[in-house]
Order: sequence, then structure tokens, then C-alpha cells
Amino acid sequence: MIPELGSFALMLAFCVALLQGVVPIAASLRNNGAGGAARWMALARPAAYSQAVLVTIAFACLVHAFVVNDFSVLYVASHSNTALPLQYRISAVWGGHEGSLLLWVEILVLWTAAVALLSRQLPAEMLARVLGVMGLISVGFLAFTLWTSNPFERLLPAALQGQDLNPLLQDIGMIAHPPLLYMGYVGFSVAFAFAIAALIGGQLDAAWARWSRPWTLVAWSFMTLGIFLGSFWAYYELGWGGWWFWDAVENASFMPWLVGTALIHSLSVTEKRGSFKNWTVLLAIMAFALSLLGTFLVRSGVLTSVHAFATDPSRGLFILVFLALVVGGSLLLYAWRAPSVGLGGRFAAISRESALLANNVLLVAAAGTVLLGTLYPLFLDALDMGKISVGPPYFETVFVPLMAPMLLLLAAGPFLRWKQAGFKDVRSLRWVGVAAVLCAIAAAVAVGSSPLLVMGLTLAAWILLATVWHLLQRLRVFEDNRTRFSHRLGSLPGSYWGMLIAHAGIGVFVIGVTLVKGREISHDVPLQAGDVHQVGGYDFRFIGAKNVQGPNYSAVRGTFEVTRDGKPVATLSPEKRQFASGGMPMTEAAIHRGPTRDLYLALGEEVAPGKWVVRIQHKPFVAWIWGGALLIGFGGLLAALDKRYRLKRSGRSAA
Amino acid sequence: MKRFILPLGVFVALLGFLWVGLRLNPREVPSPLIDKPAPMFALAQLHEPGRVIGPHDMAGQVWILNVWASWCVACRQEHPVLMEMARMKLAPIVGLNYKDNRDDGLATLARAGDPYMVSAFDQDGRVGIDYGVYGVPETFVIDKRGVIRFKQIGIVTPEVVTGKLIPLIEKLNREPAHG
Repeated sequence: MIPELGSFALMLAFCVALLQGVVPIAASLRNNGAGGAARWMALARPAAYSQAVLVTIAFACLVHAFVVNDFSVLYVASHSNTALPLQYRISAVWGGHEGSLLLWVEILVLWTAAVALLSRQLPAEMLARVLGVMGLISVGFLAFTLWTSNPFERLLPAALQGQDLNPLLQDIGMIAHPPLLYMGYVGFSVAFAFAIAALIGGQLDAAWARWSRPWTLVAWSFMTLGIFLGSFWAYYELGWGGWWFWDAVENASFMPWLVGTALIHSLSVTEKRGSFKNWTVLLAIMAFALSLLGTFLVRSGVLTSVHAFATDPSRGLFILVFLALVVGGSLLLYAWRAPSVGLGGRFAAISRESALLANNVLLVAAAGTVLLGTLYPLFLDALDMGKISVGPPYFETVFVPLMAPMLLLLAAGPFLRWKQAGFKDVRSLRWVGVAAVLCAIAAAVAVGSSPLLVMGLTLAAWILLATVWHLLQRLRVFEDNRTRFSHRLGSLPGSYWGMLIAHAGIGVFVIGVTLVKGREISHDVPLQAGDVHQVGGYDFRFIGAKNVQGPNYSAVRGTFEVTRDGKPVATLSPEKRQFASGGMPMTEAAIHRGPTRDLYLALGEEVAPGKWVVRIQHKPFVAWIWGGALLIGFGGLLAALDKRYRLKRSGRSAA
Repeated sequence: MKRFILPLGVFVALLGFLWVGLRLNPREVPSPLIDKPAPMFALAQLHEPGRVIGPHDMAGQVWILNVWASWCVACRQEHPVLMEMARMKLAPIVGLNYKDNRDDGLATLARAGDPYMVSAFDQDGRVGIDYGVYGVPETFVIDKRGVIRFKQIGIVTPEVVTGKLIPLIEKLNREPAHG
């Protein structure tokens, strides 16, 4: 009964979405100032709320089915099991295709409701169009759910026991990764909706940029955190110790992130200077198009990937048609409307604008190369030229040369003035540059050097030092003794802190990547109880392996004592788990984390009785990768919460 | 104002590729095993652990090797098709019970029916590696001389049976066992 209620709520939500997508936009086009159209446009907001309530009811119904182990629901029977602990039964809701789609829709309606709630200062027409566009997107996804992937489909007679959730997904990181990532993917729909609404109205102005900026920043921050969590999860759960594989599914989330990064920078130019309008709109369309494309690639099975989702061509076709309508339609609108939009403020060759333009070009080019690498196997196959796969060698070859100038510019950009800058703006940076090179050389000598290592560390030091230098200049630490320091500190806006923190995060991230790439040590050694093996100055003594029993798996657990110069460091217990529901044995790595290195231990095969192949890895500064990513995401959130956006809001609504 | 139409043009080209890509199957990687002798193995039978089964026992006839497991969801979908094939007596089907445990495997067959002449018990998946199995289910058609002639990755659908397996097996049955 409850699953049918869920299905029914989804159908109602579909009807409401249709209403929300059609009526307010249609009314906004016929708005002649008379009351009639205004009343139709006002439909958008209550429609958004009721859609949110309906989809949330459906979502709750699915959660309920998982919690009570209702195996008469096909989706529950194939993704859960009575032995599965409760938190994984709940996260199993988005452990498969149908449920993750429902989560997509749920997050979309929540974003829509948030826009309806928080955008009271928007002109009625603009709000009607924004909510209308989001309603249309929702129509597409609800139709997709209802007609090809209904999670409430029954399995009659009911199964006695479920299939269990993929053991890889039975992990705390996997509980949070999809919702965060979807917050990002779906959040770009808000930026997209604002762009389309502005194109319809022909008003691509600073106000439009200011409205979409906080939304875009929040979406982008969630996406950053989502990608971070996925990478973090792959690092400890897949048992290989890698953190980024250039896998099609990872790329699918990375491309919108790159374009989204370009978008948040381009939006600032549009807001502050009125330039880049067409380009910003195009980026907003591209970021959302790439989010949809990512969904298509992951769901349709046109590309094989380590993220083996069940695939189905009819679903692929549906998304492709949807993609064609949404992106094709918006690009058509763009081709029609964009020519009439003015160019905005002019700027000189050396200026903040041109630095940001270079940033945009590099980021979009990077996204393009990732797109090319991801789709290249598909292109060749489509042209009947054979089957190949493109791996990390391609991505590393093309990606690094694009990112290096990007990182160089990133540090200097904030020093340049808008409109017209000169070399005098960046003159003080020459000492920062010298200091960065010295830092990097000192660090490289300390850890042993290679040219790439020195380059990476130089770039990181350059970014970090320039960022600190910018803050000191802005605070006028060396000039101003009249005003109180704490006052000057407090007067800096949130968006400025956000930028600094995100840029510093990039520097921290680059340090982590450079040192892990250049200095990690990995040994695969067969060990018997009592054997000692040394890696990176640490002694690993194998105590022995024994069988242990988990809630829904049995495992072999190895115990290792780690010492350094005779002093105990840690006791590590990697496991190899065999889940009761069957499938491949899972490697559960044991990691001893530290600020300057991780010790990573994974149990391999038992090659002879009592003799195990053990993979021991010493990974310097890997925590800095995560730390950097967290700083970047946090910086974005801080910028989104800038008082400027809120003051406008309360000021207008009070008036 | 051509440059404003450019993004649309690029997108339409991309759509074209995706459209074609949708009709292709990335899993249909040409198997290096086609037209090669089926890798030898001698595994304990699922039902009678004391007895051994391997390609040797099947020499001289056209037979089907189907890789399955009790934990494999897709296999349940495939199962009725295999039952139908067994009823048609198309060719003897040998099961390769892949990375499973014996009780679960036996229970599955007892519950849903057993389309296999015999099942080999490949607990650690070693034989599966020789056969290049990377997803369950997979199905191989092996001719009288012990050569793999066809490989299906993923489930055998009724369309595959009527469109590919039946014509192929009829053709193979007409081939001589030697020469």
C-alpha cells in the first residue's frame, strides 16, 4: 500500500511540475501589466512548494520500504537485505539506478522550493520564468522515473530475502557522496534556469548575475565536496590506494565542475563590470548540459566504467532525447537572443577581466580535453574504427600543461585592477615569485628532487605566498597604523575570504598531488607471521591472520605492528571480506593517517597456507589533497554566504 | 551572427555521436577466445564433489558453457531462457558455478530448476579467469572439436537464442567432429 502511495505521489508531482513548467512562463510572455497574467505567474511558487512536498512523500515511502524490508518492491529486493545494518538500508535507497534518480528529483524539487522561498526580491516575471524552467526540468526527470525507472515496481510474489547492497557501497563515505554530488549537479539547474529566464526576458544585466551568483556558488561548493568525498572513498575503499582514476564516471562529475569554476569567475565579471554576458550565459548552459550529459553517460551504458550501474538502452534513449530538448532548446534560444545583448564594459589587455578571461578559456579547454578523452572511445566506435580505451596517460599529458598556466595566473589575478591594470599592480609579486622558487627548491632538496616535483611545489608555493601577500596588502599591514587591525580584518567581505581560502586550497591541493605523485612508495610482498618488511622508514611486522565475523560478511583479518626506529607507531588490521550475499571478496584497507604521510596496508591473496601477499604503501602528504579540496569547497560556501547577497534581500523585502 | 549558432552546431554533432553510441554495445568487445580451443579445466561437480567435469568430457559434441552464480541477479532473469533451451534439447548446457558457495548454488537450482546437464564448481573463479569472464552471466558455444565459436556477455535473451544460438548450433552440428 505504501509503495503505491509513493507511486501516486510521483504521478501527482508530475502533473504539478507540468503546470509549474507551462503556465507561469506562458503567462510571463503575455504579461501586459494587467492583473490576469500576474495571478497566473503567481502560480509558480505554490506549485514549487507542493511539488516538493509530493516528491518528499514519495522519497519517504521508498525509505520506509527499505527500513521495513519490503521485498515485494523489486528495487528493495535487489538492493537490500535483512542482514544489512539500518544506516546502509537507508543509503541503499540511492544505491541503484531507480533510487538515485528519485534522489536526483528530490534534490531538484528542494532546490526549486529554496529558490521560491529565498527569491522574494526577484521581479515577478523573472521568478515565474526561473521556477517554470526548473518545473520543466522536473517534468523530464519525473517522466523518466515514472516510465522507465519506477522504484516502486512490485515483485510478486515477494522475495523472502533481498540481494544485498553492493558491498562496495556499504560504507559511510558512500552514504554521503551521492547526495552531495547531486546537490552540485542539480544545483547547476538553478544557474541554468536563471540564464534561460534572462535570455527569455532579454535582460542579461548585473542584477541577473548577482541573483545567480550565490546559487551557483553553493551548487559548485557541494559539487566540490561531492567529488572530494567520492575520491576519498575510492582511496580507502577500493583498496588500491589510488584517489583519481580518470574513469568515465569521475570525468562526468569533473567536467561540470571545471565549467562551473569558469562560471563562478565569469559571473563576477558580469556582476561587477557588465562584461562577458553572452559568455556567462553560455557557461551556465554548458555547466548544466554537462551535468545532464554526465547523467546520460552514467545511466545509458554507452561507456563502460568501474562504476558498473545496471544499464538499459531504453533509458539511454530517453535521456538522450531529454538532453537534445533541454540543451538543444536552450542553445537555440541562445543563438536567437544572444546577438542582441550588448558587450558591456570594455577592458584593456592587462586587467582583471582579461586575466579572468584567460582563466575561463583554460578551464573550458580543460573541460573540453576531458570530454574528448571520455568520449573518444565512443567516437571511434561510432565511426567503426575499433574499440580502444583512453586512460590516465592521455589525461595527464593534456591536463597538466593546461593547468600549469592556470595556476600561475590564479595567484596573480587578484592583484590586477578591473578595466585597466599595469605591471605596477603585480610588481610586488616578483619577490613572492623568488620566495616561491626558493621554498620549492628547499623542499625538493629535503625530499629528493625531480623536475616535475620542483615545478609542482613552485606553483603551490607561488599560490600560497601570493594569497597571503594579497591579504596582507588588503589589510594594509605595512602602511596603516591609524585604524584598528581587528576593524580592518572584520571589514573584509565574506566573498573575499572565500576567494582567498579557495585559492589557498588549490595551493594545498597541488602540494598533496605533487608529493603523492612524485614520492609515494608501494611494495607488494608475501609475508608470513613474524616477517618484517620496511617501507619508507617504517617497519611492518606481520603478527598473523585470523577469521572474524561481521554482521553480513565473514572476513580474514591480518594484524600488523608498525614501528619506526623501534618505537611503536600503530597496529593496523586490514581485512578481506566475503559478503554472505556472495560476489567478489572485498579488500578493506587499513590506513594510519598523518598530516605528512599515510601508511596504507591492504591484504592480497593467500599464496600458501599462512602466507599472504600484502601491499604496503607509504603516501606522503596525501592528507593535503583532501585538506585542499575541503578548503576549496569551504571557500565557495563562504563566498555564497557573503552579506552583500543577504542585505539586498532583507532590504527589498522590508520595503 | 554565425558565432552564436556555433555552440548549437557543436552540440548537434555531439548528439549524433551519442545517438550512434547508444546503438553500440561497449561490452561487445571482440573476445580473443573466439575460434580458439576452449581452455582446459577439471573441476569438481557441483552436485557430486567427488566427480570431475571438464571440456574433455564434452569432446565430440556441440555444447554450451554458461557461467552463473547464485548471487547474480541477472542470472535469475536469464534462468527461464536456459530452462527453455534445456527443454528444446538444443545442446547440452554445462554450468560453471562461478565464485559461489556450494550450498547457495545447490539451493538456487533446487528452487528454480536445473537447466544444466552438469555444473562445474569454480569456487575461486580460476577457470573463469581462463575464460576471460568479467561479468556474470556469460555464455560460450563450443564446437565438436572443442573450439569456442560464440561468446555472449550478459544474459542470453530469447532473441539471442532464436537469432544466433539456434542457427549457429544447427550449423555446428553439421560440421564433422574431426578434420
